[in-house]
Amino acid sequence: MDQFAVKVFVRLRPSVLDPAGEATKSASIKLGAEGIKSLRIGKMIEVKIEGNGENEVRGKIDLLCDRLFANTVIEDYEYFLEKL
Amino acid sequence: MDNLTVGVVVFPGSNCDRDVSWALEGCLDIRTKYLWHESSDLSDVDAIVLPGGFSYGDYLRCGAIARFSPLINALDEFVKSGKRVLGICNGFQILTESGFLPGALVANKNLNFICDDVELDIVSSKGGWFNNVDEKQTIKLPIAHGEGRYYCDSDTLKKLVDNELIALRYKNNPNGSSFDIAGITNEKGNVLGLMPHPERACDETIGGTDGLFTLKSLILK
Repeated sequence: MDQFAVKVFVRLRPSVLDPAGEATKSASIKLGAEGIKSLRIGKMIEVKIEGNGENEVRGKIDLLCDRLFANTVIEDYEYFLEKL
Repeated sequence: MDNLTVGVVVFPGSNCDRDVSWALEGCLDIRTKYLWHESSDLSDVDAIVLPGGFSYGDYLRCGAIARFSPLINALDEFVKSGKRVLGICNGFQILTESGFLPGALVANKNLNFICDDVELDIVSSKGGWFNNVDEKQTIKLPIAHGEGRYYCDSDTLKKLVDNELIALRYKNNPNGSSFDIAGITNEKGNVLGLMPHPERACDETIGGTDGLFTLKSLILK
């Protein structure tokens, strides 16, 4: 069994308004930060998982992302694997 | 009333289950039964309400974890058999997360938790959930949500409009919902999800009775 550390990034789709991101952008500008063109907030999920090789683990992570971690009506996801 | 029983689902974090039960039993004389979310036996209820609240603390997304409960798994068969399911607020979020209704509910545009009475246009009474005798009818129901902004893509919206699946629209959109949508049904009409709370508008002493018809229609045959 191989063990992997996986980082999953879940983001609101570009077409979905992100009011929390807008509020944070506004606060960032009040803090004095210049040049912010866009600010959107997502989620990062860390998973440690084992399986027989990278392909099997990718299959499990795809299922988790598609069915649980993200709601694909409103969110996109991507993930990065690291073999431990 | 006709010996029909409405199941009221209780998730960890539901908080409108008792209100729904009170409205059905106390105002409409309809028998209710609490259904714990771990239960998958729906054989002795004739209709189901998924009440409002914060199931599983709204972790991950509202309704995302509730979707995997044994009861929601059993709901597929129940819906296919044509029995009626009403999802109120968090119940609506659960119905979209689990795919019984299209679209999703996301954070209100202004980020506020909105607790207010709203005026709603009845757009369609598909499934008989609303008393739609007049050409244009408006009702007033309370809302209480932080994540009630209905979102769907343009293809889904077209399908909702073309098939008359939009049940309710806000007169003055409080949360940024697409097309002012406050409630929708499935194609068959036996599943209704809405953000407003009909169970909180069942007695004049608490501000109105516009919610009675929808709750009463749970036992429509």
